[in-house]
Amino acid sequence: MIENTLAEELLESGRSEFVEQASSQVELSRRTFVQLLGTGLLITVTQGVSVGQRSRSRSRGSITVAARVHLNHDGTISVMTGKVEEGQGPRAQISQAAAEELRVAVDNIRLVMADTALVPDDGITAGSRTTPYTIPAVRQGAATARELLTSLAAKQWKVDPGTLDVHLGTITNKATKRTISYADLAKSKDVAETFKQNIPSDVAVTPVSEWKVLGRSVPRPNSRDIVTGAHKYPSDIARPNMLYGKILRPPSYGATLESVDLSAAKAMKDVVVVHEDQFVGFAAPSSFRAAQALEAVAKTASWKAAPHPSSKEIFAYLKERAQTGGRSRPSTRGSIDKALADASKVLSETYTVAYIQHTPMEPRAATAEWTAGKLTVWTGIDWPQRAQRDLAQAFRIPSDSVRAIVPDMGAGFGGKHSGEAAEEAARLAKAAGCPVAVHWTRAEEFTWAYFRPAAVIECKGGLDDKGSLIAWDFTNINAGGAAIDTPYNIANTSILSASSDSPLRQGPYRCLAATANNFARESFMDELAAAAGADPLAFRLAHLENPRIQTVLEAVAKHFDWPARRRKVTADIGVGLACGTEKNSVVAACVEVGIDRKRRELKVHHVCEAFECGPIQNPANLTSQVQGCIIMGLGGALREEMRFEDGKILNASFAGYLVPRFKDVPRIDVHLINKTDIPSAGGGETPIIAIAPAIGNAIFAATGIRIRSMPMQKALFRQL
Amino acid sequence: MDATMTLTVNGKERTVVTDPERPLLDVLREDLNLTGAKYGCGEGRCGACTVLMDGKQVLSCVTPVAKADKKKITTIEGLADGDSLHPVQQAFLDEGAIQCGYCTPGMILTAVALLEKYPQPTDEQIVAWMDGNICRCNGYTKILRAVRRAAAQITEVKIP
Repeated sequence: MIENTLAEELLESGRSEFVEQASSQVELSRRTFVQLLGTGLLITVTQGVSVGQRSRSRSRGSITVAARVHLNHDGTISVMTGKVEEGQGPRAQISQAAAEELRVAVDNIRLVMADTALVPDDGITAGSRTTPYTIPAVRQGAATARELLTSLAAKQWKVDPGTLDVHLGTITNKATKRTISYADLAKSKDVAETFKQNIPSDVAVTPVSEWKVLGRSVPRPNSRDIVTGAHKYPSDIARPNMLYGKILRPPSYGATLESVDLSAAKAMKDVVVVHEDQFVGFAAPSSFRAAQALEAVAKTASWKAAPHPSSKEIFAYLKERAQTGGRSRPSTRGSIDKALADASKVLSETYTVAYIQHTPMEPRAATAEWTAGKLTVWTGIDWPQRAQRDLAQAFRIPSDSVRAIVPDMGAGFGGKHSGEAAEEAARLAKAAGCPVAVHWTRAEEFTWAYFRPAAVIECKGGLDDKGSLIAWDFTNINAGGAAIDTPYNIANTSILSASSDSPLRQGPYRCLAATANNFARESFMDELAAAAGADPLAFRLAHLENPRIQTVLEAVAKHFDWPARRRKVTADIGVGLACGTEKNSVVAACVEVGIDRKRRELKVHHVCEAFECGPIQNPANLTSQVQGCIIMGLGGALREEMRFEDGKILNASFAGYLVPRFKDVPRIDVHLINKTDIPSAGGGETPIIAIAPAIGNAIFAATGIRIRSMPMQKALFRQL
Repeated sequence: MDATMTLTVNGKERTVVTDPERPLLDVLREDLNLTGAKYGCGEGRCGACTVLMDGKQVLSCVTPVAKADKKKITTIEGLADGDSLHPVQQAFLDEGAIQCGYCTPGMILTAVALLEKYPQPTDEQIVAWMDGNICRCNGYTKILRAVRRAAAQITEVKIP
């Protein structure tokens, strides 16, 4: 079930390559899911239900005004959305969107997020979709509400609505200066009646040139509760008489439980033990006690292990299992074979990307409570309605018997699309007869959540005798098709995303496969530039036809002072650049790296990045997202990788899995370009994709060594 | 075997009867309903669980509660003076140094301890001191700005 939801997301990405990968993934994953989670909780979702879920999630725009906007008697306005706040800023930005169209101050908005009892289904919080889809939906709902309220006032005053003006929640008759506030109107029954109508899809919203609330740096509305510790995250939710749960996990992927002796835990005071097939769980008055029960029982468990490849052989493993034939056909342009044969120079290289993990600061957590056959869960997941559906299916109860609430949570980056902890907590709570909280440990999150896919990327490029790129053959095995198309103007291309048989459970991550595809493409473009004897910037500009990418590339080169910095390159200091596009936004980055041969350290000194995602809705938040993407990108570029052997993760800890820390933070210059003649796109993902290739290109500039694997630090010092 | 311990938490004396080996973090969160300190790794490598013990920063996830017996504990909930935020809290707000915010209580308390030790820290001192705290949103740039801002404003660090 959970794997199905991950696969469904890949389907929703709308890329044919993904659809094919996803369908094979479902088959793999159903099998792996049972083995991995070891709970026996898998419920096969039929194709029909799956499609139904997808179409339901896409049925945006057909809700009533009342489902989106509610006038409170205290003058505030509740706005409802199914979106989840996990640190990327939708709480501020959706509040701004509603305030803009309702013509009220932003602190008049009470944004109700991610509670299935209260909010419409706005789809999953993922894929940079909040800005292009949810914000417009909220704006239309709010604009409709404003128009309906204005019409009500006009009716009361028997005037034409066009003669009325709305400012800060007060409607004014421009001629008579008579006023009425939304709060006063809310007292009449007419509002409830008129809000029953559906939000039309063609309602006009405020043009960018007239924005008063959007376009401003509005801080996250509940910031104060964050700095005082008052905000309750999913792992902070406590209920009366609540117990804390722990789950017995297999010692390795694919291991199945053969026997277990529960007597030691059963003898412990106040400990509830649940054993259903492969699921063994414990609930106790403290998590310490539950862990003691788990430890006592884990010693007695006998497991049947399953074979599993190691991270050392993973790329050969994925390549052997690549599904490049059958329905996986490359998308082509011109004649790749002829162009490669005609080319005066042909380069052929393979790039690899390791599995990495999101490691959000808050691991998976849930509190579950059953009351008269109805289930309420508080949990950290990117889609409350998905949790609701999954739990209803798992416990064979109607969806409306499940309420899923997602308090603003401790990050996700694409890693919390599945709701394992909620199901575990609900199972324990059902058996215990009282609320139960399940908080995954960091080691559990590292092992039993999912990973960004590893990739093998095969590139071939052909140059003509003038140094122009005439052939481009690009195959990504396993990671997916995000940003796989080249933005460069090349007459003959063949581009393929091929699925494989991932031994690790894999799923979305900030910008999906765009990081892998951009790493390979932008590094290989540098190789081709070198082969053509061209400057990397000039070579790119000569082949670019996307004016938005040209703009950010030229901007970043200017701010970084590319020509001068490139002339100053030494054996220890290198500069590199890269650009790209994904999710309707464009990015370019220049970096400077330092190579300390004695200490065997690679240090990124300076990152200069230009980014454009249409009209900027919240500059401060967008800056945070770009800065965060840049530093998160350093982690995957330099050091992060999952190491595994015999079905065990060898570095399931911050001791062995090295994420960026303060000491890694380079000088960062962010240049946001506010392009107001197109719709706004999301900005929380694409800024990550240019970092790794820019670093790889800088390493090459200094050392002449081309690193074709992420992460790069160890790979570099193996050769230096 | 349970033991009786007395902790002064955010100025209030609290008596707990529990296994002395339990992490201080668990006792704060599960017994005293103070959930501001967070679990991030359980092995003292991320700083999310940071609290102050007799004014010094400790990683409460690897501190047995027995070690806090008869000690003064300050959690993020006890840092503000009524409605008036501590300057470090205010600096985080002013700089917008919050993304998901899960690491924020640990970051703030670590910065409070830093400024007590080095009231006018250099950038190197800030980075070295804060390096044990992880922000997975990677909002380090604004967090550094917030710590510098607090340092510029604070003349005397007050730990309640």
